Amino acid sequence: MKIMNMVNAINNALDIKLSEDPDMVIYGEDVGVEGGVFRVTEGLQQKYGAERVFDSPLAESAIVGTAIGMAAAGLRPVVEMQFCGFVYPAFNQIISHLARMRNRTRGRIGMPVVVRIPYGGGINALEHHSESMEALYAQIPGIKVVIPSTPADAKGLLISAIESEDPILFMEPKRIYRAIKQEVSEEKFSIPIGKAKVVTPGTDVTVVAYGAMVREVQKALPKLKEAGISVELIDLRTIYPIDKVTLTESIRKTGRIIFVAEEPTSFGVGSEIIAIANEEAFLYLQSPPKRVTAFDTIVPLPKGEHHYMISPEKIFYEIQRTVNF
Amino acid sequence: MLKQFDVTKSKMFRIMDDDGRILSDKYMPVIDDKQLVKAYHDMLFARTADHMTVSYQRQGRIFTYPPNFGQEAIHGATAQVMRYDDWLVPAFREMGAWLAKGATLKDIFLYFMGYEEGNSWPQANHLLPISVPIASQLQHAAGIGYAIKFKKLDEVVFAFVGDGGTSEGDFHEALNFAAVWKVPVVFVVQNNQFAISVPFRMQTASKGIAIKSQAYGMPGIQVDGNDFLAMLLTMQEASEFSRTGNGPVLIEAVTYRKGAHTTSDDPSKYRSKEEEEIWEKKDPINRLRNYLTDKGLLNSDEEARLEEQYRSEVDRIFVEAENHPAYPLEDVFKYMYADMPDDLRKQMANHEEFLRWKESIQ
Repeated sequence: MKIMNMVNAINNALDIKLSEDPDMVIYGEDVGVEGGVFRVTEGLQQKYGAERVFDSPLAESAIVGTAIGMAAAGLRPVVEMQFCGFVYPAFNQIISHLARMRNRTRGRIGMPVVVRIPYGGGINALEHHSESMEALYAQIPGIKVVIPSTPADAKGLLISAIESEDPILFMEPKRIYRAIKQEVSEEKFSIPIGKAKVVTPGTDVTVVAYGAMVREVQKALPKLKEAGISVELIDLRTIYPIDKVTLTESIRKTGRIIFVAEEPTSFGVGSEIIAIANEEAFLYLQSPPKRVTAFDTIVPLPKGEHHYMISPEKIFYEIQRTVNF
Repeated sequence: MLKQFDVTKSKMFRIMDDDGRILSDKYMPVIDDKQLVKAYHDMLFARTADHMTVSYQRQGRIFTYPPNFGQEAIHGATAQVMRYDDWLVPAFREMGAWLAKGATLKDIFLYFMGYEEGNSWPQANHLLPISVPIASQLQHAAGIGYAIKFKKLDEVVFAFVGDGGTSEGDFHEALNFAAVWKVPVVFVVQNNQFAISVPFRMQTASKGIAIKSQAYGMPGIQVDGNDFLAMLLTMQEASEFSRTGNGPVLIEAVTYRKGAHTTSDDPSKYRSKEEEEIWEKKDPINRLRNYLTDKGLLNSDEEARLEEQYRSEVDRIFVEAENHPAYPLEDVFKYMYADMPDDLRKQMANHEEFLRWKESIQ
């Protein structure tokens, strides 16, 4: 075991897979010599050489597009989009090819590609660096979307993602890249994609979160406990395929569901979770499902971002309102 | 020729004139007579199949189809140089090249009849599926090129795009990546003068496409795409250049889309009969036929017999494709992921339940 933050843990996962799989390559903008703007790939080029870990020219569409070609020709590319706001030039490649190649070729050409995307707000960043647009990806048939919330989860989920035969968008909550440290095994381990985790069992209300918001919910837990509210906190871990079984079991048990995320409120992952609550646990519900999510607005620049970000206080406020409905 | 060609100054590379007479034998491709005749016959077969496919569409027996006729020399020349392990990255108008790579005509028919399996080319090696989003496939070619170089394989990628595709950002990105990485990709632009209805002069203010190669740091050549011999020599030299570790090449093959963009398009809305007649005189199959006839390698009786044979073969294959089994519901779901997520399994089961109900009330 070793104390790791999420950056260390992701680096460790990449290191383990690079050492195991000679066909794996890592590339993107600044990921080689510099080790990435967040230093996630630091030291990997020195260890594995510039053919396997390298800086590509600056073009997101080509980074994903060439990864598609590499995967078709037997490599296992793990590419980095420098920030969530820069994925959009690659959208055509993701939606038109990465997601469709397996189906288009009736399973002959799979796409074992991981696209790593640092995302989310709360870091006083420039414009385009703070969005939480996972719902855009989750609706694309043929893609899986994974979001870790702890260093250990990031490692285990990333190892599963790299070993997956399907394309994975691996969204990394950059706000907690270095904010959470925990003991993580240096050995190889994996965490299955498509399975949510019950972080804290409880009986009064199911709270679903992922990424950086899991920690924000956890911050609200002591006060909720004081208020006599027993929260079952579920970390979704995978946005798609969504773990309906865990969600349904929990909602049926507690009768209440609150979704907490940085994403814009409407048409999002939260909408899907509430649909699941209605479809699978309608008669168990004791209060209306609730979304504690960001506004349907542009993420404000740093001076205004505090209005936008979900705080533990807001989470507390909404949970107790739902429980006392 | 590739080495001598100066994209800023040289005229379009040609070997034969519009009648199939040799203009200059300074640069001639190496190909024996038997192979040359076979190449011609393959082009003839592709054209026969193409014409017949258009008429099947008119009869309502196949859906939208993009005709190839007029561009066969480009595909025929590619066919001559592509090896078994080389890669072909198609756009959607290179039928002769797909067939050469091992795609079957039945698959092609199945695809345009509406079965994905027709685009999976189970008999072909290293053939990517048809790519509809314009120029996006060129990125895949650059990536395959990287994999070839990475694995130190003796392979080349042949990647196709049209003149309209050169205006896309993906064209720029793919050529740039391929050149920076110095990977073995032969980019072939079929400049057939039109992107649906938009003429080439409205795609670029550049003097052509080949000249763009210079900015990317790769050799380029503008070649008469309706001149089989010039096309063949160009493809031979370009593939050799890439195969021997020198990086990518850009070929601008100047041709003419004699047919419509697809069977849904009507070219009379945007181009004149006079223009079509000018290009009719440059038809690649007629030119090669004239050349081969002059050399005494063809006789017209045999050709008539062959065309008849091709027609019945194409029709037999088409009928076979028409009798393909119905599209099972499961096929909608089962290739989405390596393992089907529970969600999809449930959606399929729900729909099956509905179908059983529907059947029960009928």
